[in-house]
Amino acid sequence: MRTVNINEIIEAVERLCQESNYNLNDDIKNGLKKGVQTEMSENGKEILEQIIENAEIARKERMAICQDTGMAVVFLEIGQDVHITGGSLTDAINEGVRRGYDKGYLRKSVVNDPVFERINTKDNTPAVIHYNIVDGDKIKITVAPKGFGSENMSGLKMLTPSEGIEGVKRFIIETVDKAGPNPCPPIIVGVGIGGTMEKAALLAKKALLRPIDERNSEPRIRELELELLESINRLGIGPAGLGGRVTALGVNVEVFPTHIAGLPVAVNISCHVTRHSEAVI
Amino acid sequence: MKYTLEAPFDEEKIKMLKAGDTVTINGTIYTARDAAHKKMISLINEGKPLPFDIKNQIIYYVGPCPARPGEVIGSAGPTTSSRMDAYAPKLIELGLKGMIGKGLRSKEVVDAMKKYNAVYFGAIGGAGALIARSIVAQEVIAFPELGTEAIRKLTVKDFPAVVIIDSNGDDLYHVGKDKYRNADRVNCTYV
Repeated sequence: MRTVNINEIIEAVERLCQESNYNLNDDIKNGLKKGVQTEMSENGKEILEQIIENAEIARKERMAICQDTGMAVVFLEIGQDVHITGGSLTDAINEGVRRGYDKGYLRKSVVNDPVFERINTKDNTPAVIHYNIVDGDKIKITVAPKGFGSENMSGLKMLTPSEGIEGVKRFIIETVDKAGPNPCPPIIVGVGIGGTMEKAALLAKKALLRPIDERNSEPRIRELELELLESINRLGIGPAGLGGRVTALGVNVEVFPTHIAGLPVAVNISCHVTRHSEAVI
Repeated sequence: MKYTLEAPFDEEKIKMLKAGDTVTINGTIYTARDAAHKKMISLINEGKPLPFDIKNQIIYYVGPCPARPGEVIGSAGPTTSSRMDAYAPKLIELGLKGMIGKGLRSKEVVDAMKKYNAVYFGAIGGAGALIARSIVAQEVIAFPELGTEAIRKLTVKDFPAVVIIDSNGDDLYHVGKDKYRNADRVNCTYV
């Protein structure tokens, strides 16, 4: 059995919090550049160029691309042949977030209690951590800071099976349409279909980790992704919501088997600063 | 139209601003978001003075990142304005003339803007590193315990914004969306 000390995990999380907040991933950068070519609105083109310039400044100056450096969502894939030593894994992840946000001059955006006190924890912890046990003797850590301008525009609906594919499409497009300018378009749309209520939500979040230029391997889902992207870009919302044809840069859909009585659909909207960085230990 | 504006505002200037105009703002503006708005409304309800004289001022809805040593401020783009909709009409009634943020506003806010002559500007959401370049000084003036949500006095130079909703209630989000929504409706059966 391979052993991994928690210090390695702390250091990796610290680094990933910072890298993800400073560096826009290439797939999104390319999507923005393509958007400059296809956008019909002159205003919209200009905004896309400013968004690209913003990302360049952030990368060069190691500055957060967006001031909403998010709640730290951490996905862990832990090989079942790994033994973690030196302390608690959960504490290690939170310590990494604490150090990353503090030393990286990133905003602390977490409150201790959602309803009553709402006092800032001042270190951006706790992180939202998803643990998954997989084969092998490695640990894969993905840090995906999630801003709430877009998170607040997300939605979940338990459709009935009779609503079918048309119902699925309608709910996704209505969710994007209602969000309008709020989630900082051009957006990335993560969709989860199937499973149970929480499984659909998790699939939608995981869909956002897939590069936007990579389609689902299942042909029908691939077609659905392309059709949804086209329909969303006809809504007219455009860059910054000022009107235009580049409303979304990508739609990623993930599916899972579900119950005979159900058709859960979750839509996780994410802004043009959709962030995720990974490390394998 | 393109305008350069001095903040705080000359009341006369507000009427000329129309939805879709681009502006650059120079001068002094104040930051406040969710928690600071809640506190300001509590002060008003208790009959106490606000931390700054709100007459003719602009509030920027932002919670900036911390500044690196030697820098003025960290990334500082707009947050979603609708969360301040519950509080904004009262502040507009007391003389607030401008708000900078992103996203839709409620009917109550627009009604107050029309009644008391105020304007809503949009800055590009998610362009916080770029926008930070137009902030040349900052000072926390109230509620330091709120961290990023404290009220800050910002000195801005060439701060870029667009008039989203003007004092007549005209809304660029609606106009812009309608324009491109109608451009091509083939197979668009869901909208």
